[in-house]
Amino acid sequence: MVVMKMKFPFQKRVKLAQGLWLLSWGATMAGAMTFSLGCILKTELHRRAEVMDNSNIHIVPNTLMIVGLASLGINYFASKICQDALDAGRFPRWKTFLKPYFAISCFFTVLMLLAVIMSYAMKGSLESSLKIGLKNGIRFYKDTDTPGRCFQKQNIDRLQMQFQCCGNNDFKDWFEVQWISNRYLDFSSKEVKDRIKSNVDGRYLVDGVPFSCCNPSSPRPCIQYQITNNSAHYNYEYQTEELNIYLLGCREALVNYYMGLMNAIGAGVLSVFLLQGSVLVSLRFLQTSMDAVEGKENTEIETEGYLLEKGVKETMMEYLSPVLSFFLLTNQVEEGTTTPAPAAT
Amino acid sequence: MAVGKVTFTKAEREKLAEVLWLLNWISVLTGATLFGLGLFLKVEIQKWQEVMSDQAILYVPHTLMTTGLAACCINFLGGKICLDCTDTNKFLRWKLVMMPYIVCTFCFTSCVLAGALMCYSIRSQLEESLFLGLRSTMRYYKDTDTPGRCYLKKTLDLLQIQFQCCGNTGYRDWLHVQWISNRYLDMTSSTVVDRLRSNVDGKYLMDGVPFSCCSTLSPRPCIQQQVSDSSAHFKYDEQSQQQNLWRRGCRQALMDHYTDIMQSIGLTVLLIWLFELLVLTGVRYLQTAMENVLRLGDPDSESDGWILENSLAETARSNFNIIKNLGKCYQVEDDPNINISTVTTEQEVLSQHVQIPVTSWHPA
Repeated sequence: MVVMKMKFPFQKRVKLAQGLWLLSWGATMAGAMTFSLGCILKTELHRRAEVMDNSNIHIVPNTLMIVGLASLGINYFASKICQDALDAGRFPRWKTFLKPYFAISCFFTVLMLLAVIMSYAMKGSLESSLKIGLKNGIRFYKDTDTPGRCFQKQNIDRLQMQFQCCGNNDFKDWFEVQWISNRYLDFSSKEVKDRIKSNVDGRYLVDGVPFSCCNPSSPRPCIQYQITNNSAHYNYEYQTEELNIYLLGCREALVNYYMGLMNAIGAGVLSVFLLQGSVLVSLRFLQTSMDAVEGKENTEIETEGYLLEKGVKETMMEYLSPVLSFFLLTNQVEEGTTTPAPAAT
Repeated sequence: MAVGKVTFTKAEREKLAEVLWLLNWISVLTGATLFGLGLFLKVEIQKWQEVMSDQAILYVPHTLMTTGLAACCINFLGGKICLDCTDTNKFLRWKLVMMPYIVCTFCFTSCVLAGALMCYSIRSQLEESLFLGLRSTMRYYKDTDTPGRCYLKKTLDLLQIQFQCCGNTGYRDWLHVQWISNRYLDMTSSTVVDRLRSNVDGKYLMDGVPFSCCSTLSPRPCIQQQVSDSSAHFKYDEQSQQQNLWRRGCRQALMDHYTDIMQSIGLTVLLIWLFELLVLTGVRYLQTAMENVLRLGDPDSESDGWILENSLAETARSNFNIIKNLGKCYQVEDDPNINISTVTTEQEVLSQHVQIPVTSWHPA
C-alpha cells in the first residue's frame, strides 16, 4: 500500500518546484542559524567549565552544530534537484543519488529532533555535574597558592556576584568548609587555636561567608561574619534578614540559567525541524510525480505523487537490510578466520 | 574668475546626477547611523546618571540624534532632487528650491562637525560632574531610608563591582565619610559613643570600606575593617594591602569608559561629516551646471559648474552688500529727481526770443 498518494497536474508540479526552491533557501538560512545557536550554547557552557565536573552536556551543542552543517548541504542539494526537476532532460541524472540522499536527510532531521529532546532530558546530568563542580570549587577556594587551583577563588567570587547566588545549595555550605587559608591564620592567637581544637578534623570553620555573597540591594552594610549570631550585631535578626546576603544557591541559579537558554534554543530548533521536514516531504512528492512523467512524450500530463511506495515497516527494512547485511557479512568473515578467539577469552 | 570651475558634458552631468542619487541614499543610512550612535550614547550615560551632578553631558547625544534625523530628511530630499536632475525639464521644478536646499545642507553639515567636536570637548565638564556626583553619592550612601536617595547605595555598590573601582579618587575617600547609618549603630555602646565624640562633626568615621570595594583578584579573603592598619591583621604586608581592594578611583574609571566611547563616536561622526561635505560639493556642482545649461538654452551642450561664481573675497563682499542693503528698502535718498532746480529750462526759452508768457513755476 502506498503512503499518502496525491494527484499532481502540471501547474501544481510547477508551483511545488517553485515553492520548494524558496523553502530550501529558507531552510538553508535556518540551518546556518541552528549552527550558530549551537556555537552560542557551547560558548556559554565553556565559560563556566571550571564549575562543571564533566562535559556530558556538551553533546547537545555538538549535535546542533553537526545538524546545522548537515542541513546546509541537504538544502543546497534540495534546491539543485528542484531546479532540475521540471526539466525532463536533466532530472534523470539525479536518480541514483536520491535514495541515499533521502536516507541521510531523514537521519539528520531526526537527529535535530533528538537534540531538542536531549536538551530537556539532560537537566539531571547537568545538575549533578554542577553539584560536584561547585563542591570542589568551594573546597579549593582557599588554595590560591596551589597550581591548578589558584583561580578557583576568583571564579567562585565572580560567579556568585554575576548570578547573585551564594554557595552550592545555599549560603550554609560555606559554614562547613574552611575557606580561609592557613597562611592567613595567626596560630599564636588563642582564638584561632580554640576554634581549630573544637573541630574534629582540625579545620578553621567560621560562621561567615566571603564578600561575594553580599547583596548590594541590602539597606545596611553587609554582615559577612557571625551571620547566625543575632547578638553580635545591633538590630539584627538573621532569620528575618532576607536582603543581607544572597539566599539562592549557585547550583539552582546556574541550572535555571542554562535550562532557560536551552528552552529558547529548543523552540527555535523545533521550528527549523518542521521547516526541514516540509522541505524533504515536498522534495519526495516532486521526485515521485516527476518519475511518472519519465519516458512519456507529453510532459504536461497529470501524475500521481506519493511519500512511500511500500508501507513504513517495509521501507525501513529495505533501507536497513544493506546496513545489516554489511555487519552480518563481516561477522561471517571473522567466524571463519578467528576460531581460537573464544578459547582465549 | 570662478572657484573650482569644471566643464561638464551632457553625459557627465547625467552620470553626476546618478552618482549623487546613490550617495544621497548612502547618506540617509549614515544619518540613521548617526541617530543610532546618539541613542547608544544617551543610553550609556543614563545608566550611571545618578552619579553625575548635572545633565549637561546629555547635549552631546541630543545633538547627534537631531542631526541624524535631519540628515535622513535632507538627504532623502536630495536624492529626489538629484534623480530629477538627469532631465533638464524636471530640473525646472526644483530650480528655486536648489539654492535654499544647498544653504540648509551647508548649515546642517556644520552642525555635524559641531557634534563631532563636542564629543572631544565635553571631557572636562564630565570630570567635574562626576567628581561632584560621586562625592554626594558617597555622602548619601547610608541614607537607604530617605525617599529619593534609597537606591544610591545599590547604584554605588554595583558601580564599584562592575568598574572595579573604589571611592572617588581612591579607597581613602570612604575613610572620611560616614557610610554606616545611625540606625545600625548601638548608641549605648561605649566604643560607638567615643568614636562619635572624637569627631568634630559627630560623624561615625571608621577605617573601613564597603564590601563592593573588595578585589576579586586578591589571594586572601577580603579585609574591609582597619584597612590602613597593617598590625591589625596577620601577615598584612604591603603587597597584601595593594591587592586587597580596588586601587582605581571610580571617577577615573567612568572617565575612561566614557572617553573611549566618545572618542570612537567622534571619529565616526568626523568621517560622516567628510562624506556629507563630499555630497554637498557634488550637489553644488550639479546645481550650477544645470543652471548654466538652462542659461545657454541648449540642453545637450556643455556647461560649466563651479563652487563659487566669483572669488571668495568678491562673493563675501557681494553677500555683505546684500545684507547691508536689506535694511535700506524704504529710504528715498536714491531718487534722482528730488532737489534738482529747473533754471536751465527758463534760460532755453529766453534765448529763442519767443513771446510766450512765461509762467513762473519755480518749485517750492
